[in-house]
Amino acid sequence: MSSNAQKGTVRTELGRRYHFAASHRLHSPALSEEDNCRLYGKCNNPFGHGHNYVVEVLVSGKIDPATGMIANLADLDGFVEREILDPFDHKSLNEDVAAFDAAVPTTENLCIEIFRRLKSFPNAKLERVRVQETSNNSFEYAGDNPEGFER
Amino acid sequence: MVLLTRKIEFAASHLYHNPDFSAEENRRVFGKCNNPHGHGHNYTLEVTVSGEPDPLTGMVLDLKDLKEILEREVMQRMDHRFLNYEVPELAGQIPTCENIARVIWQLLDPKIKQGKLHRVRLYETSDLFADCYRNGSERADAR
Repeated sequence: MSSNAQKGTVRTELGRRYHFAASHRLHSPALSEEDNCRLYGKCNNPFGHGHNYVVEVLVSGKIDPATGMIANLADLDGFVEREILDPFDHKSLNEDVAAFDAAVPTTENLCIEIFRRLKSFPNAKLERVRVQETSNNSFEYAGDNPEGFER
Repeated sequence: MVLLTRKIEFAASHLYHNPDFSAEENRRVFGKCNNPHGHGHNYTLEVTVSGEPDPLTGMVLDLKDLKEILEREVMQRMDHRFLNYEVPELAGQIPTCENIARVIWQLLDPKIKQGKLHRVRLYETSDLFADCYRNGSERADAR
């Protein structure tokens, strides 16, 4: 196949969205009950609550002229399934995900944890992760890669 | 600097097939997308232009002009077309979201005279998209 796609001055990223549902409770053991309640409000409810999270994963790399792809979606989907969806979907982030034994499962921290888990994707470079907690708030993390937010 | 984004939608069909691969390899690599009769999507294209608003008009560029460029360069070429067979710019390439976005970038970039093309985002579905940016350095090509 033609390799024209590699020429020119264009840089391409592939974006893929995934969905999972999970519960969490925002509570910091470093704070008093009262401070937790004041800081986190409804999110401090001891029984937790849930969200339909949307995870946007952006990867970059050369477009393989033989396939037209930066990464084969089946590979990316399989990796995200294993690293994120299986361990997070229909789970309690506080109880079922070890990273949140010590950290409060805010979506900031969730975003960082998802980036950490996806960073080792072997077939393309992870640029950044955007996690939408509701349609009104979302969080982005690009690791220590300063180029990740250049866009 | 201000970023301005215009969105358009078009519908097109495509299939993924590399003539250098065996039939079995094509099926394995491209899965359902290798169906020889093709299949289609409603594509959503977001085109972002950057620039300073003109003090006289308050505009980075006239949206009417951008609309016309998109109509001519993208809609007339790709809307209700079979991308493999009817879009010469894609000849010899697999019409993946990445490659279509890149072709659209190359079509639009020379036509946008006011402001500067900043980003092309092409959604193939609501969960799959490709972004193109200007490659400011040799960095990205080295990847």
